[in-house]
Amino acid sequence: MSRFVLVRLMESMIVLLIMSFVIYALVGLMPGDPIDLMINSDPKLTPADAARLREFYGIDKPLTERYLAWLIAVLGGDFGNSRLHARPVLDVMGPFLVNSVNLMVLSFVLSLAIALPAGIYAALNPHSRTDHAINLLCFAGISIPVFWLALMLIITFSVILGVLPASGVATVGGGGFLDRAMHLILPTVTLTVFSVGHYTRFVRASMMETLRQDFIRTARAKGAGRTRVVLRHALRNALIPVVTIIALSFGTLFSGALITETMFAYPGMGKMIYDSIMGSDYNLALIGLLFATLLTLLANIGADIAYAWLDPRISYKQGGASS
Amino acid sequence: MLRPLALALCLLVSLALAAPPAARAAVKDELIIGMTQFPSTFHPNIDSMLAKTYVLSMARRPFTIHDKDWKLVCMLCTKLPTIENGLAVPEDLPDGKKGIAVTYTIRPDAVWGDGTPVSTKDVLFTYEVGRHPQSGVAAGELYRRILKIDVKDAKTFTLHFDRITYNYNDINGFDLIPAHLDRPKFTEPAEYKNRTVFDTDTTNPGLYFGPYRITEKVTGSYVVLERNPTWWGKKPYFRRIVIKVIGNTAALEANLLSGSIDYIAGELGLSLDQAIAFEKRHGKKYNIRYKPGLIYEHLDVNLDNPVLKDRRVRRALIYALDREAISQQLFDGRQPVAATFVHPLDWIYTPDTPRYRRDLKKARALLDAAGWTVKRKGVRTNDAGKRLAIELMTTAGNRSRELVQQVLQSQWRDIGVATRIRNEPARVYFGETVTKRKFTGLAMFAWLSAPENVPRSILHSKEIPTAANNYSGQNYMGYVNPEVDELLEAIEVELDRDKRRVLWHRLQRIYASELPVIPLFFRADAYIMPKWLKGIEPTGHQYPTSTWVENWRAER
Repeated sequence: MSRFVLVRLMESMIVLLIMSFVIYALVGLMPGDPIDLMINSDPKLTPADAARLREFYGIDKPLTERYLAWLIAVLGGDFGNSRLHARPVLDVMGPFLVNSVNLMVLSFVLSLAIALPAGIYAALNPHSRTDHAINLLCFAGISIPVFWLALMLIITFSVILGVLPASGVATVGGGGFLDRAMHLILPTVTLTVFSVGHYTRFVRASMMETLRQDFIRTARAKGAGRTRVVLRHALRNALIPVVTIIALSFGTLFSGALITETMFAYPGMGKMIYDSIMGSDYNLALIGLLFATLLTLLANIGADIAYAWLDPRISYKQGGASS
Repeated sequence: MLRPLALALCLLVSLALAAPPAARAAVKDELIIGMTQFPSTFHPNIDSMLAKTYVLSMARRPFTIHDKDWKLVCMLCTKLPTIENGLAVPEDLPDGKKGIAVTYTIRPDAVWGDGTPVSTKDVLFTYEVGRHPQSGVAAGELYRRILKIDVKDAKTFTLHFDRITYNYNDINGFDLIPAHLDRPKFTEPAEYKNRTVFDTDTTNPGLYFGPYRITEKVTGSYVVLERNPTWWGKKPYFRRIVIKVIGNTAALEANLLSGSIDYIAGELGLSLDQAIAFEKRHGKKYNIRYKPGLIYEHLDVNLDNPVLKDRRVRRALIYALDREAISQQLFDGRQPVAATFVHPLDWIYTPDTPRYRRDLKKARALLDAAGWTVKRKGVRTNDAGKRLAIELMTTAGNRSRELVQQVLQSQWRDIGVATRIRNEPARVYFGETVTKRKFTGLAMFAWLSAPENVPRSILHSKEIPTAANNYSGQNYMGYVNPEVDELLEAIEVELDRDKRRVLWHRLQRIYASELPVIPLFFRADAYIMPKWLKGIEPTGHQYPTSTWVENWRAER
């Protein structure tokens, strides 16, 4: 197993290296540069200023040259400075990351806490009224546009009822644990509503598929109780595709909550990455996106390990998987 | 099995109901402002961003500024230097050209927030940073024009400029940097941008000398300003001002309604159509002020296009438009129609320029005269059978502009002109299409300018962006007129106000007659204030209302 993890980690490093170039090139190939944007917002900026600033920020150099300089610096432990925030990239990213971790972990745990029982219940009682109700709610969660839901939540709980803060991470000037928790509620609910629909559907489908398998019938024939059959035999097997989906969505959980973060003025990774791309802040955009890539890769390694735990037939001994 | 779901919902609802309303946190001596951008840096001279100017204007003061009546006045200096009062003296330069020596005295009571007097040491340091090509200072032209600085004493200094221009005493962009804090960070100029105290220790009181100073900053989220005890002027009313950043305007609106913010800054708040819609729904609860300003919405014409090169076609296009009706219908008449690039509030403005009210007869006659005579399927063609079709571009997703675009398209259809709308995201549009003159017909966007701003980079023939000059310059139309070039050069160096006025008037007449650009409107900013908030006076120019923050107050 340890050899398997080591090989996967090395593969991940290669993927990261390739991704770093792809991301750098994509950001670099976007039309215009930050100086163009500055020219449009400052009537006093002269063409001479623009040329000087392009040289100062190194934007006048070819893309590959810039990338290589960046890569050498990163390999030497220097992640560079954010052009937009005029501070080291890791210093800038820190608070955004903490905010995202709070939001995502909470939303993720809540989603699973709702999706697992709801999906299992729906699978065990297919075509029942409750199953239909769960399906309806799932489709509603998947279909409702995130920005609209966010706005409705703000209007309901902040404007009409006035019981929850509409934006931010905490009340200005600090705020304790409870205050921060209050600020997390609406963004968490928004994200959870969206992801819980997906997860529930996956759990339901996977569980129904597993319940039709021969080994479940065998377990029942052996006299195993309903709870034991569901939790011990069916669920573990049903979770394998669910784990895959969760692992794949892990990176997007950190970088893809842009709309939610924008609507709630919540300074998280998604908004940070978006702003850095739009502002041609190469260093920050790269590190942010690479971090999301790394999370996805690590989550997938975690998923591979989880497969072995969930299904003893899966083995990572030399010679590949066997069943 | 539904129990967990029900439990989770119950928990959420009960938490919500038990929570104290965030909206109630605001008290009368605190003002919470909402805006849509967070400053990327707090250094006054690095980068140029309205959000930064808005925040820093509460905490710092420029030497000179255009006041709300658009007059140049002293803020940090004691007396505005002029040739008449002897504080500005023309001088001969070693190269035989004429320069000017301008003497300023810093207010004797001006002190940085940490008690250090604002002095000529700061002036010299600011000059050193401003001139250094690697310091990251954005607009360096002012510093390059200063040949040297003579220091008379701790408060008085003379700037020697390499030329005499009409605005020789306007040093609005000379934003002081505290030498006692930032000089040690300038030992490696190329690293200065990343080491400046403005960004590494933004709450250091020694960075500020305005009515407020920044006491807290959460990147991307909010900035807190509190009264500056060393401020020499009128004591500001609010003990604390919080500037919250909410990027989405719908959320900004909801935050205002919920009481999470008190006021939406006009400079960086709702667009005009959003504000008008907001006024219709909630106007009774707020004071909403609209101020047309120096944001000039227009259509740049690509004069390389053989169809648009013909002035008759350009005049036909503008005659076909009912800009007053567009302003009335789409913007409640809040955006005045522009005759040229000069705002009517600017002293250089003249009403004596060609005016274009909707006149379809004239428009059709002009197109006939230009050879677009045959109409097929509602679109004119010329003798060669070419259709009179024009491409109209703007920023995708800008609702106001897209609405205007549709009306333009429909009004031009009335005279047989087919308009093809092709919009692009702002990043592509401004980053590539406009700046590299890749639009084939008309490009709609806005110019932000200052009072009596010479549009040299926009109208001078040497400012046409090409691959050869690395796309520098902003004459995106490709407009060439030797008389305009001469006027632009003459205006810059004409010191006599009356003579300059004549030149300005001539320039406006040529502009309105030749129409290298089709003027549309002067955009208005919407300030949405609570009834109790008084003293905010929108200026209409690029200096934000926050520059006079000490006049803001709450009145029940």
